[in-house]
Amino acid sequence: MKYLISKKTDEFFSGISDAFSFMSRFFKEVLKPPFEGNEIIRQCYDVGVKSLPLIAVTGLITGLVFTKQSRPSLSEFGATSWLPSLVGIAVIKSLAPLVTALICAGKVGSSIGAELGSMKVTEQIDAMDVSGVNAFKFLVVSRILATSLMLPLLMLFAAFVGLMGSFIDIHSNEQTSLLNFFQHAFEKITFLDFASTIFRSIVYGFTISVVGCYKGYTTTQGTQGVGKSANLAVVISMFLIFIEEMVIIQIVNWLR
Amino acid sequence: MKRTAGDIDTGFPVIEIKDLYKSFGDNHVLQGIDLSVCKGENVVVLGRSGTGKSVLIKIIAGLLKPDRGTVNVLGYDVPSLDEKQLRELRLKLGFSFQNSALYDSMTVRENLMFPLVRSSKNVSRMQVKEQIEKVLDAVGLLQAINQMPSELSGGQRKRVGVARTLIMQPQIMLYDEPTAGLDPITSTEINNLIVEVQQRFHTSSIIITHDLTCAKTTGDRVAMLLDGQFIKQGTFDAIFDAEDERIKSFYDYNFIQE
Repeated sequence: MKYLISKKTDEFFSGISDAFSFMSRFFKEVLKPPFEGNEIIRQCYDVGVKSLPLIAVTGLITGLVFTKQSRPSLSEFGATSWLPSLVGIAVIKSLAPLVTALICAGKVGSSIGAELGSMKVTEQIDAMDVSGVNAFKFLVVSRILATSLMLPLLMLFAAFVGLMGSFIDIHSNEQTSLLNFFQHAFEKITFLDFASTIFRSIVYGFTISVVGCYKGYTTTQGTQGVGKSANLAVVISMFLIFIEEMVIIQIVNWLR
Repeated sequence: MKRTAGDIDTGFPVIEIKDLYKSFGDNHVLQGIDLSVCKGENVVVLGRSGTGKSVLIKIIAGLLKPDRGTVNVLGYDVPSLDEKQLRELRLKLGFSFQNSALYDSMTVRENLMFPLVRSSKNVSRMQVKEQIEKVLDAVGLLQAINQMPSELSGGQRKRVGVARTLIMQPQIMLYDEPTAGLDPITSTEINNLIVEVQQRFHTSSIIITHDLTCAKTTGDRVAMLLDGQFIKQGTFDAIFDAEDERIKSFYDYNFIQE
């Protein structure tokens, strides 16, 4: 068999082309009935509610540790009163969306990749297709919608818990009230900051689920392939999240 | 238990395949296949593992696209169908997978309910319940209705797989290696079930197998696949009475139950 450049390069580019076809199929299918409402709700529960404990712990620790790490530098200049504001900016603009996305890339992305991969190699996806069910709509569209919808909510929860973690530290050192803390934390947050954070979370959710579904849906080579799909779903979505973070921040700064 | 030739409508082919080719890279799996299945007929496609038997029925079900050739199923030209037409055709086909392909996360009842409620909009809960119980009774597994697939044996999983296709009242059944991995007693049960399905539900079938007992028990006609082509088609006895060394060697490696 002849290759345009080399086997690996050809496979890389055809993989990208397939991934874009997969994504375009999602946009074609998402607006067509039937709308798998029950499955979307079930997926929202799996992605959202089942991720809450993990997001709560990591969010709390992130806020707490960030405050503890920032305190010595600020206290050198006698500026510990800026801590709530600094933490507010860091958590809402950067830490909450990134931490939520990375945790979900690991938890949700690998789960989607492994579940669909396992269904693929055991012919369950083919079984759905031959029984007249639109497997793509049922399995892929519902997961992408649910993850894109749940990520912003999980991010808001992570931001809240992260700020509470920070408040615990600040309150125990400076006896600041909760109201005062939150007033200062949101002092420097603009609507654009908030909107861009929500938008980024939707993009991260979309990325995690598209990559997970694509890798799962195209799994080959049996059980070994399932492990590979789950692993690649995490690695690729984490890589893309950082690229997207960089691009969106540039665009937001340009808009500002 | 076998049907007589009079039950087969030779004037009405439900599947017609002509000059079918399929390759995967340099692996030329099917090289000019011609096959016709009549209404009410069970055709066994016999051949060694890796000869492209499963590829053939996946092309019939529209899961794979052929490189060349025509595949006409119930009047549909399969390779040229769009997604909507393909779903329409698939509602008339039943596909029993080699590993049953039951949905792991669903009970037996939910496995059967899943395709039914999605394809029939005006079906009541009572009708769904009745249909599920009817097909499970037909495959002798009514008692397993609330079990998970992981709790079933290989033979039971095959039966549930067949029940899941029967619930859609298919006109054509496609069986992929129905007895693979089963002990001789369970294999006999599955072979009898295939014949029973043909008689009770008036289906036409293609049975993919390398098991001669299965071929002899279930097939009205056998097509022997070798090197991507059918080297002989006919009744089981006519095929294995022939003086073809390639067929004889295949027969010699198998054990036949009379």
